[in-house]
Amino acid sequence: MIDVLLYALLAGIGVALITGPLGTFIVWRRMAYFGDTLAHSSLLGIALGLIFSVNPTVSVIFTCLVFALILVGLEQNKNLASDTLLGILSHTSLACGLVVITLMPDVKIDLMSLLFGDLLTVNFKDVITVYTISAITLLLLVKIWSPLLAITIDEDLGRTEGIKFKLVRMIFMLIIALVIAVAMKVVGVLLITSLLIIPAATARNYSKTPEQMAIFASLIGSLSVVLGLLASWFIDTPAGPSIVLSAGSLFLLSLTNKNK
Amino acid sequence: MNSPLITLNKISKYHNTKTTLSSVSLSINPGQIITLIGPNGAGKTTLVKIILNLINIDEGEVFRSPDLRIGYMPQKLHIDPTLPITLERFLKLTEKNTKMCSDVLKEVGIIDLMKCPLSSLSGGEMQRALLARAILCKPNFLVLDEPVQGVDVAGQEALYKLIAELHKKLNCAVLMVSHDLHVVMSSTNEVLCLNNHVCCHGRPDQVSKNPAFIELFGENTNTYATYTHHHDHKHGLHGAVKSSKLDENGHSHD
Repeated sequence: MIDVLLYALLAGIGVALITGPLGTFIVWRRMAYFGDTLAHSSLLGIALGLIFSVNPTVSVIFTCLVFALILVGLEQNKNLASDTLLGILSHTSLACGLVVITLMPDVKIDLMSLLFGDLLTVNFKDVITVYTISAITLLLLVKIWSPLLAITIDEDLGRTEGIKFKLVRMIFMLIIALVIAVAMKVVGVLLITSLLIIPAATARNYSKTPEQMAIFASLIGSLSVVLGLLASWFIDTPAGPSIVLSAGSLFLLSLTNKNK
Repeated sequence: MNSPLITLNKISKYHNTKTTLSSVSLSINPGQIITLIGPNGAGKTTLVKIILNLINIDEGEVFRSPDLRIGYMPQKLHIDPTLPITLERFLKLTEKNTKMCSDVLKEVGIIDLMKCPLSSLSGGEMQRALLARAILCKPNFLVLDEPVQGVDVAGQEALYKLIAELHKKLNCAVLMVSHDLHVVMSSTNEVLCLNNHVCCHGRPDQVSKNPAFIELFGENTNTYATYTHHHDHKHGLHGAVKSSKLDENGHSHD
């Protein structure tokens, strides 16, 4: 019985390690809604995976990537406000995923676990998947850290200095897609963005450099996972929402820190 | 050596149905200071982005010298307040060498602020920080987009002086953008007045001759000059050219 908790802890922390640093960029680049849209589209990814009998992780990564590219393409066309566009895509893809999944006759899927995560059902294989993807994405993020930071501060300036803007952005989108695919298991489709945004925003109140903020975000995310899982274990609350609630509480606590 | 760093030959740029730039020609030689002026929406930013090779043109040609090294100073940084970054780290995005970073900060006079968060810098200090970043790559061409924006008058004068000094030291060409139609730097060789097309260009007049300038800024400054010019055509409310006489460049505004 205790290995259930152990696997859940390991998987949760594995995800928090990467959502922290990635989340800092989501916050700095004001992409919270963008992340939300991609997360919602992952439900459609699950549905597509079921239809074509592909591994759901693979189909989620693929769907997120396609959506990311569509969004980037549409954003160049300034006819619609960015948030309106994201709102349309975000909820349409979520609704589409829900409809397709319920329409499939042979599949009995627990929708609640897709929407809010099901951390206490992860097994050893899942833990391995989480750490593999976390390691790959962390490595990629470290690789593009400097140029990504430069174009986050000023895109034109970075490009003038010779940064391969399109390549960096492409890798960044790939990282987001990969992270969403693993984070889904922990907190579910609806709460993924919170795991990106809240630890990063909390870390801001303790950091003096971008790198510090990324590392603190990882640690704060991990702590939220531990606290949330303990709550889930001892007072039988749902794991995903408990983790998000812990992260939210830590954020509130950080506001009392005046040392900015 | 004396071949132009960059030459634009009759370039045009359209945004949907609107013409942002129409047949603009411009050549920048080594060591030259040129000031680009024009009202809001005149296409100044678009022209700068074309020079920086950030956007494509719809018509015309751009020639770049193979040894062109551009140092760019953007108008303003839009850094999210949640991004903690010091001035030193900001420069190190371009150049890892600490010595070189502290050297450029000495040159622009804000070496004391090296460890300060970028968000704590005042308007004038921020412009100097951007200038420091622009000269880090030892450019032979500095592109400055409204370098004195958000700086008080005394600070503006100091900043213009600094730019003139850097120009001398680096021996680089300078392209400065200003939306102020009247005040340009006295060391400017050439002024280009843009309003979607090139209205006119030429040498600025000496500052002392202009009573309006003296009234505004006093006599003890020699960093400014005014560019007095008259247009042989008038613009309508939306910038459309009303008279179609030939201007001094010999092109017709039809």
